[in-house]
Order: sequence, then structure tokens, then C-alpha cells
Amino acid sequence: MTKSIHQWLLSFMSETATSITEMVLIALVYLAIFAVAGLYLVLLERRVAAWFQLRIGPNRVGFQGLLQTMADALKLVSKELTGTDRADKFLYNLAPYFVIISALMALSVFPFTQELQAFDINIGIFFLIAISSIGVIGILLGGWSSNNKFSLIGAMRSGVQTISYELSVGLSLLTMILLTSSLQLSEIVEVQKNGWLIVQGHIPAIIAFMIYMIAGTAETNRAPFDMVEAESELGAGFHTEYSGMKFAYFFLAEFINMFIISAIATTVFFGAWLSPFGITESIPWLGVFWFLGKTLLLVLLMMWFRWTFPRLRVDQLLTLEWKYLLPINLVNIVLMALIVWLNLTIQL
Amino acid sequence: MKTEAEKIAPTATNINFKSEEYFVNMGPQHPATHGVLRLLLTIDGEIIKKVEPDLGYIHRSIEKMCERNSYQQIVHLTDRMDYLSSHINNEAVCLTVEKALQLEVPDRVKVIRTIIGELTRIASHCLWWGVMGMDVGALTTYFYGFRDREMINDIFEETCGARLTMNYNIPGGLMWDIHPNFVKRTKEFVAHFKTKIPEYDRLLTGNIIFQKRMKGVGILSKEDAISFGASGPVARGSGYSCDVRKHHPYSALDKVTFNEALKTEGDSLARYQVRIQEMWESLSIIEQLIDNIPEGDYKVATNTVIKLPKGEYYQKVETARGELGVYIVSTGTKNPYRVKFRSPGFSNISLLNHIAVGGKIGDLVATMATLDIVVPDIDR
Amino acid sequence: MNNNELQELIGSWFPNPEVTIASVVVEENQESSDLSTEKNVEKITAKEGINPSLLSFTEEDSEFLTILVKPEHLHSLMKQLKNNPKTQFDYLYCLTGMDWGKELGVVYHLESTVYRHQLVVKVNTEDRENPVFDSVCDIWKTAEFHEREVFDFFGIKFNNHPNLKYLFLTEEWEGYPLRKDYVDEVNMVIK
Repeated sequence: MTKSIHQWLLSFMSETATSITEMVLIALVYLAIFAVAGLYLVLLERRVAAWFQLRIGPNRVGFQGLLQTMADALKLVSKELTGTDRADKFLYNLAPYFVIISALMALSVFPFTQELQAFDINIGIFFLIAISSIGVIGILLGGWSSNNKFSLIGAMRSGVQTISYELSVGLSLLTMILLTSSLQLSEIVEVQKNGWLIVQGHIPAIIAFMIYMIAGTAETNRAPFDMVEAESELGAGFHTEYSGMKFAYFFLAEFINMFIISAIATTVFFGAWLSPFGITESIPWLGVFWFLGKTLLLVLLMMWFRWTFPRLRVDQLLTLEWKYLLPINLVNIVLMALIVWLNLTIQL
Repeated sequence: MKTEAEKIAPTATNINFKSEEYFVNMGPQHPATHGVLRLLLTIDGEIIKKVEPDLGYIHRSIEKMCERNSYQQIVHLTDRMDYLSSHINNEAVCLTVEKALQLEVPDRVKVIRTIIGELTRIASHCLWWGVMGMDVGALTTYFYGFRDREMINDIFEETCGARLTMNYNIPGGLMWDIHPNFVKRTKEFVAHFKTKIPEYDRLLTGNIIFQKRMKGVGILSKEDAISFGASGPVARGSGYSCDVRKHHPYSALDKVTFNEALKTEGDSLARYQVRIQEMWESLSIIEQLIDNIPEGDYKVATNTVIKLPKGEYYQKVETARGELGVYIVSTGTKNPYRVKFRSPGFSNISLLNHIAVGGKIGDLVATMATLDIVVPDIDR
Repeated sequence: MNNNELQELIGSWFPNPEVTIASVVVEENQESSDLSTEKNVEKITAKEGINPSLLSFTEEDSEFLTILVKPEHLHSLMKQLKNNPKTQFDYLYCLTGMDWGKELGVVYHLESTVYRHQLVVKVNTEDRENPVFDSVCDIWKTAEFHEREVFDFFGIKFNNHPNLKYLFLTEEWEGYPLRKDYVDEVNMVIK
């Protein structure tokens, strides 16, 4: 399909103009899809929360509340944008864009099926890690420029937290890279045709997965690591002073980030679009279904965390990372290296 | 008029203010202060250096209002103090008036008052437990606590028509007899709730994060608990045996056996466990009484205009938050000369600065949750 | 300890001898914690041992033994009540400001967590313009907040209070709302 569009565009445009148009088109398609997907993640979260909390959840707007978050988004768009006096206006307005753009950029490299992947760059994993740490700049800017002490405390916590847990995310993914010997996402998937990496790497892979999920939850600033917002301590943390669409950007970015963290885990540990035991290998487009299915399961896991656990304290958060996760991670890399070296991986 | 910022400023210079420290104004609108409590925090990074409560945002001067009201009317004002133990507040005033009139109420009244009092305590602790979870970031507890509290409120609604501010007591007895379903539904609730407290433990108490947040945080020694006039679960978590129900039993509490929940650690976890233990004890008290509610009148007649003999009367009761004292000075007229409510929350909030200093902001919130403050109770 | 014994013991701290200078009383207090047993025995024999100009006892109109003490001896009496091993009133559970019409006063409700006996101490002053008592914050920490409350509503000042400023009221508030002569035509309904 992409080829036919490409030909059609080439018929009346130059080479450069065509590729630019294509890029813009793809970007628009991705934006539209993920803005809506983000909204539905919000709805999912609310329904899951209700399920955990003996409630019903939104079920009035549209069938089973399917249009609820659409209505909410409309409301947020139409709301007045307020801000504090003496806030640093430029940084204050810049912050939400940092957060949402970095979140959307990361989406571009995921292999939804063998064909459906916007960019297949050879440093895919590295790109993802790099992009996901840009978001924190937005949070820091937002907290700093809001002229609110609660925001500032939230932003500082966020900085500390993201920098610390970035290490664990990176190292646990690095553990898996030892198995694939490539950073390119399509090749990582290719390697998994002999069995998902979590199976191939068995014990160290499972440890790496657990560390990745903990650190990933912390990276997205979600409970039990929601120090940054901590509504019972800081009101709403760094986005206290944001309203309307600017707030919505932060809000949406949180959910897209959650999706990204789960999607990376799906790609690296659970064989991306590969079906279990190759049951639907003959129908490649079902890959989307498998990819999204696995990702959503992991998203559900993260929601489960959020609605069950109490929040850590800020010093406990750092203790967990520097005293436990990081050393375990380093040992785990050595273990994985040994396993790869001695050829102890499980190949199906 | 000074602006808010100018009002804070002189306070900042009064204390020894170091350059790393800064002020945070927590409340009167803040999720963790459970109402309109304002705390002036002096913070160094995340570490609390000083907590100064600023009260009075919901002060209605109930004590002054009492001075122009009759004794029957006073009862209804006390609902609005600690609204989570409204029945026990009402009972306190009624007991004081009955004591002054030397009025012996029928056994039926005593037993019903005690049962409803203990139900109120459970309802209050349910709400506290839910909110406690929220304060440490576990949002689900809130709904579990409310599910069970709702059953108690339904029982109350059936019997006296109100769910929160009950007004069920009058000097001399009760306003109406209990609803025919009362006994049945209370038994149902007791059976139901016995399966739910272990669920509370599974969801929150045993959680490792929760334990780490609570243990060794906000330590209050027994000496300080006494010196600060602490009462209720706050004092009992520090090992100070102060249960009014044990030491100065009122209503039917001298007829039942129960253990006073005591812990000696004095930290937030101890206060938490004391309250969980209290729910078990309250269930046990209800079980002992619910099958033997004596027959008889539900009130004794009093004069329409109650005049207390000249003198001073003091009665203390154990509300869900601690010791509530009612001090009435009468000159023999139909209005009291002076009424003082010794509210448990007021004394308990005064020790917040003592136990929160040195902790993190998160600790402050968790510690405050274990104090179980109700702001109208503090402000009166 | 029952009320009679309490009355005798406390009375013995304020003996009757005609020399009733404050310094003697203070001295007496410091000693009596050591000598109290001995002194007690002596004073029981002389029933009218207490000095009526310093303090008086009553059980009238109240279930508790009530002591009315002169403001200047309040602090020394309270300190003695808390520290004496025989009384140990370590729990100040209620501190009430009072407007008796002519006089202003404070009522202290005390309980001993060791012996579980209770006692009421009252102190009054006729000075309505500038009523001052000694603070008991250093004896019971709970008094800090309770005294601030009394300061708010009765305008009674406390010496040596670490932080005596309005707790409930705003700083601009005029008058003392719980006094009997307080008028606020807007907010108060008078029947």
C-alpha cells in the first residue's frame, strides 16, 4: 500500500518533496492514532481502577462509556488556560510540548508487524532510551517555571528519580542486547523467532524483566513511584499550575509513556509481533493484534501496581535503586554474558 | 488589610531562618490536611524543620453558642464537632446533663447507646483506614473502607433517620426506639465485617512498602504522649493506657469485657495497629450486647425546660479519636453558664510538630494520617 | 488517694505560719518533695494548717476536689502537683478559660496516670484589662495550645509562654469573643 502511494506522489512531485510529504503523512497518521489511543488508555485505566475499587467506572457517555474520554478531551480543549502570576511564561508554555513530543517520538520506532514500522533505525533501543529521558526536562521546566513550591519539589523529585531509574532501564535492556547482539528493533524481533528472549535468556532474562518493569514504572512516574505528583503530599506536583490543554498534554504523555514502556518490554522480552508458538505465522497482519495484546497485558500489570501499592518515600525510592536494583543489575549482566558465552541459552 | 504573603513574612523572620530553608504553606486547601487545616511548614529540601498549625478556618464558636441554648439544643451542636463520632459526642452531653440531674436512664438506653457508639467507632475507623491508605498513596483502600462504613450508615439511617449527624440521644434517653431490623442488620454487619478486617490487613497492613513507610516514623514516647495530653489511639500507640471506657466506664461499658488495644512502639505503625485492633474489640463489645438488649422504656421523662442545679459537671467519653470531655458550669438557669469541650483532636494536633520534625514531607503526611484528625473537632 | 488525703497533703505545702511571703512558699516547695512524708504527718495533726490567703479547698458543686489558688502561687503549686511522688498529676486533660462576670479565670483539670486521682485547680483575677497568669507550658506541654486558645477567646495572657499569639482568630480581631461582655451585632444572635 505504501508503495502505491509512493508511486502516486512521485507522479507529480520531485523525489525530496515526496519523501517530505510521506513523512508528514505518516506523522499525522501516527499522531491521530496515538492521541486517540492515549485517550482510550485513560478510559482503560479508569475502568480498571473502578474494577479494583468495587466501582463501576464511567459507563454513560457512549456505549459502556467509550466516548467518556473524548468528552473529557473536548472539555479540556475548551477550558481556560490559567497560570500563576510571575511564572516564567516562556518555559511554562514550553514544558508540556517537551513532554508530549518526546513521548510521541518514541512511538515511531516500534515494529507493530513485520511491515508496519515507521523507522527501523540501527540504534533503535538506544534511541528509545535517549528519547524517554528527554521527557523529564519538560517536567523539570514545568515545575521550575510554575512559581509554586509544590511544583518545584515535584520537579526536583522527578529529576532525581528519572536520572536514577534511567540507569536500571538502560542496564536491564543492555542485558538483553547481549542475546541479540543488535540494537535494531527489527533484528531483535528476528532473533526471537527462535523463542522469545525471556525464554532464551531464562533466569537472567526474567530478572532483567522484573528490574525493567520496576524501573519502567518509576520512569513513567506512576504509583508506587508517583513521587512527582504525590497528590496527598504535593497537591498535583509539577503540573499543579497547569490547566486545560496544557494539563492534558502532561496527562496524555503519562499514558503514552506507559504504553511505550510496555511496548519496549514487548519488543525486547516477548517477541513483539511474533505469535506464541508461531500459531498465526501464516497471517502476518495479525502481528498488530499480538503486539498490542502483549503490550496491553503489561499496561494492565502497571495499572495493577498503581491501584494496589502505597507510595514509597523519596529516600526509599533512591535506596531501592542505588542499593538494590543497580547492583543486582550489574551482576545480572555478568550472568547473562556467561550464559551467552557458554551457550546456555534455550533455543526453540 | 495585610496580604497573605505579608502575614507569613514576619513569621519567617521570627524563627531562626537559614538560607537553605523555605516556607511551604500546606493547606487550608490540601488533600492531606483533611479539611481546612493550615500548616506552616519550614522545610530544608525535603526535611521538615518545623510544623506550625494555624487553626480556626472552621471555628464556629460552638462553646459560645451553647451559652445561649437550652440543654436539649446543645446536644445537636455537638454533632458538628467530630462528625465522625457524632453519636458519642451527643452521648457525652446527655451523660453530663443526666449526671447533673442525677437521672438514672433505663438499661435499655444504656445498652443501645453503647452498641451504636461502638458502631460509630467502627464507622469512623473504616473511614480513617480508607483515608490513611490514600495518604500513603494506596488509593483503593478508600473504597474498601467506605463499602463497610456504608452498611453501618444504613443501619443508622433506618433507626434514627440520619447517617452522619445522628441526634439520636436526648437528655434522659433516646429520641425513638430502635428500628425492628436493627438487631438483625447489626448482626449481619458484624458477621460481614469479621471477614473484612483480614482483607484490610492483606491489602494494606502486610504490604512491605506500607510497613517501611510506617515503622519507626513519627515516634511519640509515652512521657510525651501524657505531657501533650494525647488520648485515644494516638496515646495508646505509645503505651499510655487511657481508654476512658476502661478507666471511667459509662453507659453499658461496665457490663462488657474487652481488651484495651495497647502498643508500646509509639510509631505510626503502632497507632495504625491500635485502630485495627480497636475495630476487633468494638465488634466484640457489640456481640456481647446485641443479643441482650433489655426490654423497657427508651427514655425517661424530663422537664421540658431542663435546669441544671448550680455547679460544675465534667464527663468524659471515648470517641473514635480519643477523650472528649464536656465541662458544663451551671448557675441554675435553663442555659449553661459556660460549656467547654475538651476535644481529643485539639490536644493531638499540638504534638504534630514534636513528632514530625526531622522527617520527610511524605512522613508528615503519613504521620498526620495516623493522628486521625477531624478539623471541626479541633476548631469547634 | 482520696480527696481528703489529697487535701491534707496539698494543704501541707502551704502552711499557716504568719510569715506568708512568697519566697517562703517557693522554698517550701523545693524542700517538700524530699520531706513531704515527714511534713505530712505533722500537718495532719494541725487540721487548720493551710493558709487560706494562699489557697482554699472546696468540694461543693463539683465531683472533684477543687483548689482555688492565688495567681502568684499558681506555678509553684502546679509544679509541686506534677512532681511530687505522692500526687503525680502528670495529665492535664482540660484547660478552660472562664469569665465569671467580675473575674476572669482559668480552670485546670488534672489527672494522675499513676494513681488515677483527679483534681481541679482554679485561678482567678479581677484585672479584666490586663489579666496575666503564669504559663504552665513547662510543666505540661499540652498547655501551649490550650493557653493560646484561652488567649484568643478571653484575652488572658500567660507569662513565659513560648509562642503566645492568636491561634484561631485572625491577627486583626478585636475583642475577646468568649467573654460575657463581648458584643458582635452582626454575627451573634442574642435571645
